[in-house]
Amino acid sequence: MTELASQAQISAEIAAHAADWAADTGRNGEPISAPRLDYPPYRSSILRHPSHRLQPVDPEAAELLAPVFGVADLDPADADLTAQHAGEPIGERIVLAGRVLDASGRPVAGQLVEIWQANAAGRYRHQRDQHPAPIDANFTGAGRCLTGPDGSYRFLTIKPGPYPWLNHHNAWRPAHVHFSLFGTAFTQRLITQMYFPGDPLMPFDPICQSILDPAVRQRLVASYDHELTEPQRHTGYRWDVVLGSTGFEPAAQR
Amino acid sequence: MTGSAAMTGSAAMAGSAAMGEPPTPGQTIGPFFGYALPYPGDRQLVPAGSPAAVLLHGRVLDGAGAPVPDALLEIGQADPSGALTGRAGSLCRDGHTFTGWGRSATDRAGEYRFSTVLPGPAVPGRPPFLAMVVFARGLLDRLFTRVYLPGYEQQWPADPLLASLPAERRATLIATADATGLAFDVRLQGAGETVFLDFGGQAPPAG
Repeated sequence: MTELASQAQISAEIAAHAADWAADTGRNGEPISAPRLDYPPYRSSILRHPSHRLQPVDPEAAELLAPVFGVADLDPADADLTAQHAGEPIGERIVLAGRVLDASGRPVAGQLVEIWQANAAGRYRHQRDQHPAPIDANFTGAGRCLTGPDGSYRFLTIKPGPYPWLNHHNAWRPAHVHFSLFGTAFTQRLITQMYFPGDPLMPFDPICQSILDPAVRQRLVASYDHELTEPQRHTGYRWDVVLGSTGFEPAAQR
Repeated sequence: MTGSAAMTGSAAMAGSAAMGEPPTPGQTIGPFFGYALPYPGDRQLVPAGSPAAVLLHGRVLDGAGAPVPDALLEIGQADPSGALTGRAGSLCRDGHTFTGWGRSATDRAGEYRFSTVLPGPAVPGRPPFLAMVVFARGLLDRLFTRVYLPGYEQQWPADPLLASLPAERRATLIATADATGLAFDVRLQGAGETVFLDFGGQAPPAG
């Protein structure tokens, strides 16, 4: 097994990619609203990114529709990750709420939102997570809900902890919640990660740094929202999601 | 922001909205989705063994040809008549309603499988296909591709995507019939790399 790189080595690679991006005048100042797929600081991407350019095509047929989910598909209790077991999970109770919008700013109503996350100690309820932090018998860490008519979603959960991984020596993921989102077209499918404001681990993390534009990267960071905080119950974080093209927009809007 | 039309060819550059904000960027699905996203019946668009059921199956492979055991695929498709019905019920399947959508994680051998039906042509005169989206640990954003049915060669010239590809690249998008149904491998990189799609920002500005 090859020796793991140091954080200093990974940080130098991250800085080199950032400098290349900043120097690229071909961008015309446009944001790059996606992570770079070929991003060696995230070692697992080396053999898992396509080497060909993505092939331009207009969506058609099944690509113009998204799956439909109805009230019969879910249990409303699925949105409360703190109430899935006999007891209360350990950790800081939080509400995560926001809206799912399309590229024109319209709400995406009645659509599925799925989340999964580590517990307060940074441990996933997954057999492959062998990080020696405690499992919480009262916390699974998976939830789902349907958006309301205004595109709103809301989960009650526990603030996840950061956790170590083996990308490089002393690698730690910033605390995050995985989000799985659908729009009104197959082409809008999005899986991403939401981060918490002020997390000191973000600059060290090649996964979030694979989004090279700092302003775009910032779109994955939730805001603390005292309006969502309730006395004696939980703090609140707000995070809105904007989905990509459906193929129906005029070309200039894509 | 309408300047994006000048930058063609990359999904990474797509998505500027005239009215709203640019889209939220993706991130890798990571390794730990297995307890959260798969669910009972996720891969059964129709019950396995039902009269019209076919098995759509294959492997997800990395640039070294090694199986990817931590990928997740989703498909969307028309029914055998070519109709896009868009019915609810994919999370809680009743065994009768065809929702046209399914999800399959890969197993330890990198294999996925769907029990489904052959889609009819949703656009008359064009070859039928299933839409597919690919997620994996190590893959920083989702990839879209298409699974075209075998046969229909005479219709390939009418299909804008297939007509735009050289033969060896086109071949990566055509499923093959086998004893159990349809086989379709997803190669993320290298020899035989699957054609992945860019749906945004590619069209020349209207007018």
